[in-house]
Amino acid sequence: MSEYVIEMLGITKKFPGIIANDDVTLQLKKGEIHALLGENGAGKSTLMSILFGLYQPDAGQIRKDGEVVQINNPNDANRLHIGMVHQHFKLVDVFTVLDNIILGAEQTKHGILQKHEARAKVLELCQQYGLAVDPDATIEEISVGMQQRVEILKMLFRDNDILIFDEPTAVLTPQEIDELMHSMRGFAKEGKSILFITHKLNEIMAVADRVTVLRKGKHVGTVNVADVTMDDLAEMMVGRKVSFVTEKAEAHVGEAKLRVQNLSVAGRNAAKDKVHNINFSVRGGEIVGIAGIDGNGQTELVHALTGLAPASKGHIFIGNEEVTGASVRTRNNKGLSHIPEDRHKHGLVLDYTLGENLVLKDYFEPQYQHAGFLRFDAITRHAEELIEKFDIRSGQGANTIARSMSGGNQQKAIVARELALSPDVLIAVQPTRGLDVGAIEYIHRQIIAARDSGRAVLLVSLELDEVMNLSDRILVMHDGEIVAEVDAKYATAQELGLYMSGASKQQIAAENEVNA
Amino acid sequence: MMKPKQTKSLRGTQGLISLLASLLSIMVGLLVGLALLSLLNPAHAFSGFLKILTTGLATTEKMAKVLYQAMPLMLCGLAVAFAFKTGLFNIGAAGQYTMGAFCALTVAIALQQPWYIALIAAALGGALLGAIPGICKALFNVNEVITSIMFNWITMYAVNLTINNMPIMLTNYWSKSTIKDRTAPLMDANPAGILPKGGLDTLMNSNYINIGIFIAIGVAIVIWIILQKTVLGYELKACGYNRHASQYAGINAKRNIVLSMIISGALAGLGGGLYYLSGTGQYTLVKVLLGMGFNGIPVALLASSNPLGVIFSSLFISYIQVGGDALQPHFIKENIDIIISAIIYLSAFALLMKGWIAKLILRGSPRNANLEVPALNTAEASVSDPDTTATAQAAQKEDAQ
Ligand SMILES: Nc1ncnc2c1ncn2[C@@H]1O[C@H](COP(=O)(O)OP(=O)(O)OP(=O)(O)O)[C@@H](O)[C@H]1O
Ligand SMILES: [Mg+2]
Repeated sequence: MSEYVIEMLGITKKFPGIIANDDVTLQLKKGEIHALLGENGAGKSTLMSILFGLYQPDAGQIRKDGEVVQINNPNDANRLHIGMVHQHFKLVDVFTVLDNIILGAEQTKHGILQKHEARAKVLELCQQYGLAVDPDATIEEISVGMQQRVEILKMLFRDNDILIFDEPTAVLTPQEIDELMHSMRGFAKEGKSILFITHKLNEIMAVADRVTVLRKGKHVGTVNVADVTMDDLAEMMVGRKVSFVTEKAEAHVGEAKLRVQNLSVAGRNAAKDKVHNINFSVRGGEIVGIAGIDGNGQTELVHALTGLAPASKGHIFIGNEEVTGASVRTRNNKGLSHIPEDRHKHGLVLDYTLGENLVLKDYFEPQYQHAGFLRFDAITRHAEELIEKFDIRSGQGANTIARSMSGGNQQKAIVARELALSPDVLIAVQPTRGLDVGAIEYIHRQIIAARDSGRAVLLVSLELDEVMNLSDRILVMHDGEIVAEVDAKYATAQELGLYMSGASKQQIAAENEVNA
Repeated sequence: MMKPKQTKSLRGTQGLISLLASLLSIMVGLLVGLALLSLLNPAHAFSGFLKILTTGLATTEKMAKVLYQAMPLMLCGLAVAFAFKTGLFNIGAAGQYTMGAFCALTVAIALQQPWYIALIAAALGGALLGAIPGICKALFNVNEVITSIMFNWITMYAVNLTINNMPIMLTNYWSKSTIKDRTAPLMDANPAGILPKGGLDTLMNSNYINIGIFIAIGVAIVIWIILQKTVLGYELKACGYNRHASQYAGINAKRNIVLSMIISGALAGLGGGLYYLSGTGQYTLVKVLLGMGFNGIPVALLASSNPLGVIFSSLFISYIQVGGDALQPHFIKENIDIIISAIIYLSAFALLMKGWIAKLILRGSPRNANLEVPALNTAEASVSDPDTTATAQAAQKEDAQ
């Protein structure tokens, strides 16, 4: 019997205008956690989709336990016990957790659905692996982290023992990431084999046994994680040294460009406020970071600021003008720019081309239209500039349908569009989610450049590193309120963590009393 | 970055896939039609099938009939397709079509205006009716399907009631006849209200043909241009593809929903105007919805909602209908209707085929196969819904009388 459970040998896959995989070889040992690393658009998701039967390779073969197999569709993959959690989840929003898990693997008796056994099995799996989910909640009600656990349960329910995770940690909070890694180690110990795509090198160092690196569709090498450092990996992947610390000059702050006074956002069904009585301002030339655990009102705050949802109380000013009740378009025209949290929901019209998406905010400006007719030549030129500048990779340049682009390149497109608007106020939510280290470095430098040219930047991120690296000031949100403001220069992760976890609320209060 | 080697865009491939899907669906539809024919009357099945296939081109007269029926179908198809593209399902085309007919006839007969004024009135009437579900959706988030269906019935009864109470509209007002269950022939009431024939009638030896078909084709081209080339089309499609992203972009979704329904309604209304201003049909006061608006749905589906595709799909469906009429006397009217409906509705399953063909052509790339408009799925579901189909068939029957 072969040493490898899965071998993908000499895999080539072409898409219009691009070779996504060029003679790639990947060998997976039983019981190992094998990371797959590569720049945005290097072909990682494509390779995994081939293994999962979503694409057919143009050349190459796949072996399972040494035998050549043909995987024509996900059902074939399932029969070979291969399961996959996709970069963008594939769940039915209006179905319950349980229904999603059993979908496609339903047990029936005389054509009637038998859910009892399925439910028992799901509950047992939850118990066994410590995956907390509510089987009766619908997908649209639950958090992203829980949605991912549903995807994992889907694989376990089907008794898969080759588990593919495509950037599972990009959407998780640090706590959830720890839990996921813990689960992954557990799976591996049981003899399941894991393929794990991530852009975060520290995660690879923490859980992976070996790592395969791709660059522009080609196989660069496979190494033991124990033998390399993060710097080595970054260099293998990008082809040059990458700096992980962001250099920035002293801030030269000017006037307040975004001001928020007593802002509240009501919860649904008259529940508690999602955002309660918040006050802060962001001045030109500074980056203000908002740190906090997911679900503490950051999303609602950003939606209120950008006009996607109404505020229930308080005032918002851009420059000197009040925009509290103003439309999204009005705010945009006053110089607001927004890198949204959810790139597929808000950030892109996936069925539009890259070029069309890059003018989503300013297609109506005279440079892109004349007498109501779009100027496609100008739109294409604009796209080509941004593609060049931000290194947005895709098969067909400005004419690529956004849906066919790799996740990271979709993100780059959004960031490029929002920065290209030269906003007075930039609200960036998880701006580097899903980007490779090289791209992160570049985007961070661009955001700092925006700050240095006098713009106000509000950065909302679940990643403490990012907040601490970029920000000049850090506001900590907990339970819809701003519980602390710290100077980023002196902030420590421990201190911020304490504030974020809310337990320190009383401590802060006590401290304030002592000071008073 | 890799330079694009191929100039043929993904969209081009998508277009090819749509076309293949439509052709394949038509084949399937026709085969089922043949099967039904053999079931109902084996002796004449094959000759009947040939009749369906050839009648439309047999004589210039039949060709004229095909063009004549295609004209309102095209506009109703455009109405549905336009709404689809912007994420709305305008099942109210039937009512808007009726409203268009009513406005056109009232302006032509009661107000004695020429055809072009009557046509404008028809479009306005349809637009007005389209606006109602649009406003309900934009302001109160009421599903447009429900309001449209309700307004189909409301319109039908309201129009019948009004015409019934306007003696000047009825046949017996203008001639010695005692017929008062239908509107007066335009020939008697107002010859200037009839669409000009432009010499086509002598050319094709048919009274049915007029310049309306050119108007319809012209409108299809304009709609295509609006969707593909204009700022308005960009906004409308953005709303249709991704409502959240369009909100994020600052596009006024509410305004666009209303606008889209107004345009869609105007198209259906214009269809009603063209049909009844041809001077060959009279509006009959029966308590049944006109099928033309519903037939816009398969027309749009068969064309994958492409306005230029609608030109061809409406011609095809009209062609099959004209062919079907030639099946008599070997098949009875009711059976013919069933056969023709089966062919039409199966042909409209082009979209189901689309994913499948995409898979074959692109050797399994699901992301591409998913490129179709989400709204179309809803539409598809509703079309296969037995209730809708039944209504549509019943209505179609009535209309053919
Ligand atoms: N269905 C498709 N049609 C056309 N091109 C595609 C398709 N899927 C992927 N591509 C192209 O293939 C390349 C590789 O994409 P892939 O999604 O595998 O990248 P990735 O390594 O997962 O990147 P990321 O880290 O950004 O997720 C990209 O340039 C992408 O544009
Ligand atoms: Mg990917």
